[in-house]
Amino acid sequence: MNPCSTTRKGPDAMAETATFTRAQVLAHRRSPAQHLAAEMDRGSGAAVALREVPFLTQTALRAIPDGPAGRALESALGVVLPRRCGEVAKGPDGLEVLWLAPDEFLAVAPDEADSGILATEYADRLAESLGTHRGQVVDVSANRATLELSGPRARSVLDKSVRIDLHPRVFPVGQALVTPLGATPAILWRTGETTWQVLVRSSFATHVTRWLLDGMREYLC
Amino acid sequence: MTSTGPQPHRLETGGVIDRSRPVDFLVEGAAVSGYAGDTIASALLAGGRRRVGDSIYLSRPRGIVAAGVEEPNALVRIRGECDESMLPATTVEAADGLDVSLLSGIGVLDQRQDPAEYDTMNVHTDVAVIGAGPAGLAAAREAAATGARVTVFEQDFELGGSMLADPTQHIEGVPAREWVEVVRAELEAAPEVTVLARTTVFGSYDGNYLIALEKRGDQFGAPARPGVSRQRVWHVNAARVVLATGAMERTVVFADSDRPGVMLASAVHTYLGRYAVLPGQAVVVFTTNDSAYPVAHALVAAGAAVTVVDARERSVSSPARDAAVAAGLSVRPGSAVVGVDGDAGEAVEAAWVAPIDAAGTPGDAERVSADLVAVSGGWSPTLHLHSQRQGSVHWDDQLAGFVPTGPVGGQFLAGSVAGAYWTEGCLEQGRRAGRRAAAETGHGPAYEAETAHEQPGQSERAARAGTTRQLWIVPGRAEGYARHLVDLQRDQTAADLLRATGAGMRSVEHIKRYTSIGTGADQGKLSGVTTIGILTAALADQVPAAEGSPLTPGDIGTTTFRAPFTPVAFGALAGRCRGDLFDAARTTPAHSWHVEHGAVFEDVGQWKRPRYYPQEGEDMDAAVTRECRAAREGVAFLDATTLGKIEVRGADAPEFLNRIYTNGYLKLAVGKGRYGVMCTPDGMVFDDGVSLRLAPDRYFMTATTGNAAKVLDWLEEWSQTEWPDLDVTFTSVTEQWATTAVVGPRSREVIARLAPDLDVSKEGFGFMEFRDTVLASGIPARICRITFSGELAYEVNVATWYGLKVWEDIAEAGADLDITPYGTEAMHVLRAEKAYPIVGQDTDGTVTPQDLGMDWIVSTTKEFIGKRSYSRRALTEGVRKHLVSVLPVDTSLRLPEGAQLVEPDALGDYTGQSLPVRPIPMLGHVTSSYHSQALGRGFGLALVSDGRNRIGETVLASFGGRFAEVLIDEPVLYDKEGARRDG
Repeated sequence: MNPCSTTRKGPDAMAETATFTRAQVLAHRRSPAQHLAAEMDRGSGAAVALREVPFLTQTALRAIPDGPAGRALESALGVVLPRRCGEVAKGPDGLEVLWLAPDEFLAVAPDEADSGILATEYADRLAESLGTHRGQVVDVSANRATLELSGPRARSVLDKSVRIDLHPRVFPVGQALVTPLGATPAILWRTGETTWQVLVRSSFATHVTRWLLDGMREYLC
Repeated sequence: MTSTGPQPHRLETGGVIDRSRPVDFLVEGAAVSGYAGDTIASALLAGGRRRVGDSIYLSRPRGIVAAGVEEPNALVRIRGECDESMLPATTVEAADGLDVSLLSGIGVLDQRQDPAEYDTMNVHTDVAVIGAGPAGLAAAREAAATGARVTVFEQDFELGGSMLADPTQHIEGVPAREWVEVVRAELEAAPEVTVLARTTVFGSYDGNYLIALEKRGDQFGAPARPGVSRQRVWHVNAARVVLATGAMERTVVFADSDRPGVMLASAVHTYLGRYAVLPGQAVVVFTTNDSAYPVAHALVAAGAAVTVVDARERSVSSPARDAAVAAGLSVRPGSAVVGVDGDAGEAVEAAWVAPIDAAGTPGDAERVSADLVAVSGGWSPTLHLHSQRQGSVHWDDQLAGFVPTGPVGGQFLAGSVAGAYWTEGCLEQGRRAGRRAAAETGHGPAYEAETAHEQPGQSERAARAGTTRQLWIVPGRAEGYARHLVDLQRDQTAADLLRATGAGMRSVEHIKRYTSIGTGADQGKLSGVTTIGILTAALADQVPAAEGSPLTPGDIGTTTFRAPFTPVAFGALAGRCRGDLFDAARTTPAHSWHVEHGAVFEDVGQWKRPRYYPQEGEDMDAAVTRECRAAREGVAFLDATTLGKIEVRGADAPEFLNRIYTNGYLKLAVGKGRYGVMCTPDGMVFDDGVSLRLAPDRYFMTATTGNAAKVLDWLEEWSQTEWPDLDVTFTSVTEQWATTAVVGPRSREVIARLAPDLDVSKEGFGFMEFRDTVLASGIPARICRITFSGELAYEVNVATWYGLKVWEDIAEAGADLDITPYGTEAMHVLRAEKAYPIVGQDTDGTVTPQDLGMDWIVSTTKEFIGKRSYSRRALTEGVRKHLVSVLPVDTSLRLPEGAQLVEPDALGDYTGQSLPVRPIPMLGHVTSSYHSQALGRGFGLALVSDGRNRIGETVLASFGGRFAEVLIDEPVLYDKEGARRDG
């Protein structure tokens, strides 16, 4: 069991002195597409399936890779920052760093409930490593929803929605790109030959889920 | 069980039809039979039908002219859940159960909602091949063999193009149709090749970006399975394009040449060879070139009696004609059809044939019995897609057609579109184009650079095409040209053309618009070049020609080719962006709660925000009044998650904000927040919001909901382009945080319960301060004391995924205090009573902070964006509009937002009906207007010329033909001394 991470006390009309385990607090989370889990189940099949990968730890990084902030972050992260558009760098403990812009990256790591590393503390630690160098680290774990589209027809479903080229010659496994998906800005990440993660800001999760499910229908029978 | 009805014109054998699959459908309520592989047109012809719908304006009887998309006459409506009109019968596949109506030139849009689905698909390809005739198939095959990604587009439902019409052709030693099947099988087996039949590339744009429409499967029945769209729009990014679009045959215009029974010779060939339909027994083949001779032979072979009328003089060499004569065909050289007679059904029963002289003037005509006149006036390359890309074309006098001068960059031309009018030439050009296109994308062996125009076959093509007499129109036996129909769809005659030139028109573009020729749904595919040809005669003395030459169509020029090549339904373009999927709807974590509690939503940008929460029997006014009272007298809460939020970090972050905002940020203490206004360089208000100082080098900035992305761009722009030396970086955290505003005199009690660790006392937690704390639930939160209502208020920020839980906890914590959810409407009322402006509603990009009465927020001691503009004369001198409040004298009145304000005596005799005789000078307009629960009356905010100096005056509001007296008052109407903010 995780150590008690959030504690509060004090006399109050409503609540007694209480401490909470981290797990108890994390249990209050609702992922952006959680309410659509059954809909996704129903809309998935052998040809293509959709599910949410909830609560990934996501950290926004801003630093010029070859500058002091970039070096500081690389050292703190244990990974060399990606240098090119589409590149994803793999680090320790399931950490992956996505290139979003020349000085903008998204570090993605497992759910804090599984890793035991609090997202906010992780971001704080990275931020400290910056020292006085120009750059920025912000916890954005709740900022985006992660949807996973998989199956032999996953690419067809995406081809209905994104304009970029998804052919393996152009978009190999392990690459991630920022691109509009229908009407929504998204990060599209090819995590396997037929597996794609779609990261959209949380408010778009319902729309994007339904949009993808709509495009999946013809491949279900 | 289908019963195949009589098909008297169907041949016993042959055709690319499936005789084992009969189809039966209705045309005008009568049964028509055919086979799978038929079009509606071929089935009609097989059944002996000659006449289709009459023409649009002149009600002239009409028949099927063509066998493809250029058909001007045989337009049909197909009944369905949503009827579809204006479909050429020559392109609609015959299918069981169709209910077809023949149109008289025009359809009616079905007003019912189309239940069919349409969707969009994006494809990237190395080589896009447009057209699957001999050239296109050869190109696709070669390109595919290199491993390149190849996408083939064919508008027809069968591959093969011109080869479909002629079963006698052999290619590479096998019958042409067999060859097509071999190539098709090869292509379909190749992993990187997509063959899209029934798919028309209708637009061609820069960068080889193509748009195509695919008709998928059954067009008029139920979808094959759920989710399969009826039509699909393909967006194609092609590295290289091979245009193998072929050529279209033209007619020659003669008196009554629009009568049923006059068809294109190539169409007759197609009906014979592809559909095994013999459209006539006694046929006059009227031609200006060699291409009609194979048709004549095919007709004879099918048992028809044929007379060939060849416009070319006997002296003109024509091996095709010589061979026909040798085979015993009746050929009349140097002659033309000058008119046709109709039978009782108005269809052709005889042609009048006369010799013509070099000028085209006919001699004495002879009546020749005929039930079909097959006309070839020469060929026009299908250069629409080439021309959409501004590809140049020129008139080739030998080929008698406009041909592409050379391909557009990144494209190749192959086959008839480039003037190669013989199959071997098409194949050769196709193979070459396919290999080179693939090579240029890095597939297959590299190719020597050669100028595109010097393709093999270039010199051969003229010889192969033979000689074409440029005969466009033949005078009739009677005077005039009123029965010489040029554009069959627009019902425009040669007389109409002459009227245009007689009126002084010279440009073909003017003549097109004056006559409407070429503006029908067929966009003049059949009539375009013929029109230009006729103009060469009509404008012979008026348009300059090349030295010593007669005027050619090249001197006249073509009209402009634009997308779409063939009509496309708007529904197809909309794709899946209909109904709930029309646009992205952004929702907050508490959305489900709002829905459960009956919220009426308002669209704010893409966000769905609760506007108000009506209870049983409440209308909007009642709900908003109740919500306002709760906020003013008890406690209420609002979902403010949609606020834009930006984290700002850097040693120079204070200086940066100091320059962005009109007020100072250097001295803002950690733990405190400040409201700021940012302006554009012209001094006009751009956005506003509160920024919290999290640390000496960190701020948490908020921006207007609808402006969040723009503000982040704005910060980045100034940081990257103007002040790159400042150490500051930004990250959007709009969706990291869910924000709930808890508002009202009793909000302190709710916050105390929610966040028991927090000292919520007035002294312990001051206005514009924030605290990081842990809520009773254990959830970490950042709570600020900010008000957008003037009341004691808090904003509770938590990570988005806790948003619903905390919203529910707040509802529970305030339940005994009757905590009331309120929406954007009450929020607006509350803020307007305090004259807090909303950027974009009370401002419009022409309003300064000073205009808003906010001089206090404009620093005079520092530099910031917009500052210099405040010394411009336009802002220092003259009269500005000021934000004031307006109170209708009739207290129950709520002015419409946007209502104009005028001087009370400015109206004169204007009564509000229609427009005034003279413009009435306006003083300003109402920007916000509501009913105030607190004031018990209607009120508004307005931008009024010199408004602050007019307080106490009465002006007139004008709206909807009405006038109302309104009193100008100070902007702040409620709690002017600001006593309520601390509770």
